[in-house]
Amino acid sequence: MHPAFSVIFFTVSSGAGFGLFTLLYLMDLFGLDGGLPVEQKLIAGILALVLVAAGLTSSMFHLANPKNAWRAFSRFRTSWLSREGVFAMAFYPFAIIYLGLTWLVLPELEVLRLMAGALATLLAWITLFSTGMIYGCLKTIRQWNSPLVPANYLALGHFSGALLLLAVASNGQVALTGYVTLVLALLVVAASLKAIYYFWIASPGTGSTIKTATGFTRGTVRLLDTGHTHGTFLTQEFGFQVARKFSLTLKTCVFLAGFVIPALILTVGGSAAITIYAAVLTALLGMVAERWLFFAEARHVVNLYHGAQHC
Amino acid sequence: MRLGLVIDLDVCVGCHACAIACKEWNASGTTAPLTDYQPYGAEPSGVWFNRIRSYEVGEYPNNKTINFPMSCMHCEDADCVTVCPTGASYKRAEDGIVLVDQNKCMGCNYCSWACPYGARELDRESGTMKKCTLCVDRIYDLQIPIEERQPACVLTCPAHARMFGDLDDPGSAVSSVVRERGGYQLMPELGYNPTNHYLPVRTAKPIPTENLGKPGFKDKIKGIANRIVKR
Repeated sequence: MHPAFSVIFFTVSSGAGFGLFTLLYLMDLFGLDGGLPVEQKLIAGILALVLVAAGLTSSMFHLANPKNAWRAFSRFRTSWLSREGVFAMAFYPFAIIYLGLTWLVLPELEVLRLMAGALATLLAWITLFSTGMIYGCLKTIRQWNSPLVPANYLALGHFSGALLLLAVASNGQVALTGYVTLVLALLVVAASLKAIYYFWIASPGTGSTIKTATGFTRGTVRLLDTGHTHGTFLTQEFGFQVARKFSLTLKTCVFLAGFVIPALILTVGGSAAITIYAAVLTALLGMVAERWLFFAEARHVVNLYHGAQHC
Repeated sequence: MRLGLVIDLDVCVGCHACAIACKEWNASGTTAPLTDYQPYGAEPSGVWFNRIRSYEVGEYPNNKTINFPMSCMHCEDADCVTVCPTGASYKRAEDGIVLVDQNKCMGCNYCSWACPYGARELDRESGTMKKCTLCVDRIYDLQIPIEERQPACVLTCPAHARMFGDLDDPGSAVSSVVRERGGYQLMPELGYNPTNHYLPVRTAKPIPTENLGKPGFKDKIKGIANRIVKR
């Protein structure tokens, strides 16, 4: 698949935003390390909303005809892409009520505040799952049609969200041990799921081949002519292929930048704000590399009609 | 009703006439135009509903070239329709034709990701997804003679490799030929249940080229005639 930057930014940014919001709410609810000061809660909450909004705006750049984008809210009963949009929009009012009441600090409305936060958190989880399912539901792409895909989206969203929450918390006068532990726990989950995913897609499995695509099952099948002199929409959109060596290098980068270096910085680097920022930045770079590879490594079955023997 | 095409791979000669006729008709049809990029330039490309590929099957000397035209399969379980977030992609209840409403499409490409057959192509000029309409603007046209109420590709095929009809009706010509010739669907394992069927190449006895034995009287006459008649 052609790795479009707009979609890479969209999934990384909104994933981190939703992850940040859910963790902010849970930490607020259970009062991790005595809870965050109101100012820090607001910064984290607003950062989450901005990241989600930036992601959704970026996804608009992927559209060839954005004037009809409003129609994307209409088919939530069948389309995961539509559901993603609908749930993301439904998340906003509850998140804003939660943050507004956090800002006002009204003890008599505390129940309402927590209820709104709980609903926003639930919607954030559903939205993150929907983002993963946009890709996970496609039977045409073996590397995506797996429950590991939504699991990865949820895990990586929460991991990057936890890092951002730690970065915000490092500005307040609070103990950071709990936040660092949270980051490291989510790091282990996200890295393990990603490793399982890479292991899983490495074997070709029992998917479609050039033989099932053409029905010529009795002998070797070889494409002689694609029927076009230059590229088509299909070759531009689906023909992208990443070199095996480069993909291996990039996977190393994903694990080093995304997980290993941030883990080292957080465990031995101390808790100065600047070192935490460095860990966040490195991890986010790793996330972008991970998302680029997620698209680049996906092989659509239409490639079987352009010469591929299997996908 | 389940309208679709049956393509006879045994007789397709790979002339691309169906693709040209398709382009000609649909360039002014309901989803017109079918934009071309650099048609006379160094890198010609553009939107087509029908593409023909050629395959070599088997190893020499037991090999064969098979020409393979592909357009929208008008699947019974069309994922391109269910994944569409805007409702632009739809499947008609009355005849099963899958269409894209050009006024609703936002050009997100998601339906093309869901289609295993490469039937959908984005028109960069209009920003909308375009695909085979099964010549919906022709097959119901009461102004043209009844025998011409068929998709442009079917009408033009010089080898009669393409047939159009109702695959729901067991008595239709297309259903019988699928039954008799063992017509099959592409990538059945994905479960899209495509309407279009392909008729396999007939197994023909190979023409012997070695150890032919002594020529008979007929072959001797043929040999003499071949020597006399200059080509």
